[in-house]
Amino acid sequence: MNDIIKIEQLRRIFQVGSEEVHALKGISFTISSGEFVSIMGASGSGKSTLLNIMGCLDRPSSGEYFIDGISVSQRSKDELSTLRNRKIGFVFQSYNLLPRTSALENVELPLLYNNTVSTKERRERSIRALEQVGLHDRMMHLPNQLSGGQQQRVAIARALVNDPVILLADEATGNLDTRTSYEIMNLFQQLNSEGKTIAFVTHEPDIAVFTNRTIQLRDGHIVKDAPVQTQSAKASLDVLPVNDDY
Amino acid sequence: MSILNLFKIAYKALLRNKTRAFLTMLGIIIGISSVIAMVSLGQSSSKSINNQISSMGTNLIMVMRTSQRQGGVNIGSANVQTLTDKDVEAIRAKAQYVSSISPLVNASGQLVSGSNNWPGSMQGGNSELISIRKYEIASGISFTEQDVRNSAKVCMVGKTVVDNLFPNGENPLGQTIRFSKIPLKIIGVLASKGQNQMGQDMDDVVIAPYTTVQKRILAITYIHMIMASASSEETATLATQEIETILHNTHRLKPGQANDFDVRTQKEMLDMMNSVSGFLTVLLSAIASISLLVGGIGIMNIMYVTVTERTKEIGLRMSIGAKNKDILLQFLCESIILSLIGGIIGILLGLLLSYGASAGLKWPFIVSVPAVGVSFLVCAATGIFFGWYPAKKAASLDPINALRYE
Repeated sequence: MNDIIKIEQLRRIFQVGSEEVHALKGISFTISSGEFVSIMGASGSGKSTLLNIMGCLDRPSSGEYFIDGISVSQRSKDELSTLRNRKIGFVFQSYNLLPRTSALENVELPLLYNNTVSTKERRERSIRALEQVGLHDRMMHLPNQLSGGQQQRVAIARALVNDPVILLADEATGNLDTRTSYEIMNLFQQLNSEGKTIAFVTHEPDIAVFTNRTIQLRDGHIVKDAPVQTQSAKASLDVLPVNDDY
Repeated sequence: MSILNLFKIAYKALLRNKTRAFLTMLGIIIGISSVIAMVSLGQSSSKSINNQISSMGTNLIMVMRTSQRQGGVNIGSANVQTLTDKDVEAIRAKAQYVSSISPLVNASGQLVSGSNNWPGSMQGGNSELISIRKYEIASGISFTEQDVRNSAKVCMVGKTVVDNLFPNGENPLGQTIRFSKIPLKIIGVLASKGQNQMGQDMDDVVIAPYTTVQKRILAITYIHMIMASASSEETATLATQEIETILHNTHRLKPGQANDFDVRTQKEMLDMMNSVSGFLTVLLSAIASISLLVGGIGIMNIMYVTVTERTKEIGLRMSIGAKNKDILLQFLCESIILSLIGGIIGILLGLLLSYGASAGLKWPFIVSVPAVGVSFLVCAATGIFFGWYPAKKAASLDPINALRYE
């Protein structure tokens, strides 16, 4: 299996006033193609910093980071932008959809920043991505006409549309109720089974059980990196008591 | 990113907030339309002045009386009696650049025809006055040299006089009207000329032989004015100099002594009027361009607010692969689109305004192509200049912080 993400002795030091804050203190791990990894940790553990670096939004202070075999550490800002555009799909806690913009146009957005994709291809790929997340009948809906779960699905479609090597989800279920969270996790499991590599940052253990592997961070160190007894989100969804209050 | 995509992104972003986009444009619309309207109206007014002065003849030369000092007493120009028909004959005989010449004697009084009356002003001249003043005869005939010698009781009347003395549409030709109790037979009706640049009604006129006005109405021997045509527009200045020299001699003025007359050409009037209207145009355009500046600052202001308000959107765009340059260009594009669309609307509105105003004032409507072109460039420049700083601010945001911005 080839490594999608390879991190070696990664450090990130922030200068806060005259003090140096060590957010990541030399961590190493690899994520192989087809894995579904959860990254867990309390706030302050460094997981956001790790996610920013993995997402090419930030550069490590020292150590090596390879995404899809490409070294990221010494890249310029513009090169990082291109890497984000071609290699990474972000899913955020608060969806971050453009308001007053249809689901389809929201999904098209990453391809607008990719010159190699024609208008026709952009439209086709966006429609395909929306079909993949089960929203083919809501393409022209505006974000405020969609439920939280549906908005997150649009966000996932947007992350998928550029065919990234890895999906980076940052507390993607944090704003959703249990049932919708499970539905979203079911979608992630489905995408994973289709071959997508996913890194899922969360602090909820009951969400992490749907992944294949957990990396636990504490105070800038990896304290646990172990496979998970994966549960099926679909099965969990089935045993969930049916609420009719929505 | 391709320019097309860039414009698409900027355009869609603007469409998301139509009301605000329109209000932002409003400043530019008002600024550009007032500049266009001012420049266009300024040109219309000077064109209108030009037209009217030309219609009086650009080669027209007027000799007027000026105040004079006689034995220590200053005599007002109205009392100067040194201008006579002998001067006219002298100029006619000696000046080679003067093609036609006529004395002018003015009188005002009540015109009466039957039960109708009208306060009229009479101009006495010779048979050349009609052509010098660029009047045309609509019907009837002009008086002749014979009439002038005989102080014939004949006249030609303008349209306004006809309308007021013959309100029922009778044929005025051959009718006898009375001017200050002197009966005059109408032998000709002048074609309408409208108003002159001073707003005077050129049709409110009665023209008679100057001898008739001199002897029968005013009982004077001098004349008020001399009107002459230079042989062409180019020779007007030469003709002026000739007339000055001739009159200096006939009036027996000593070398260096001040003239008791003043020779003026229409061209001087034209230049004066043009410089006044040109100054007003510049002044008003300057004021209008201040509103354009305010409009530009309005764009900058809104773009600043927009950047702050859309911090999260900027963070998202960066996270999905927008480069700093892309963000910069997007916001720059938005402000350029705003100012250009505002500019186009402003140009159209300005042209509409000046069209309406010039139609109302009966001025010729002029589209100032340079003004439109410059306005358009100014719009684009405004968009770039005032959009640059907010766009720069947007592009320099840190994607991590921008994504977390609440």
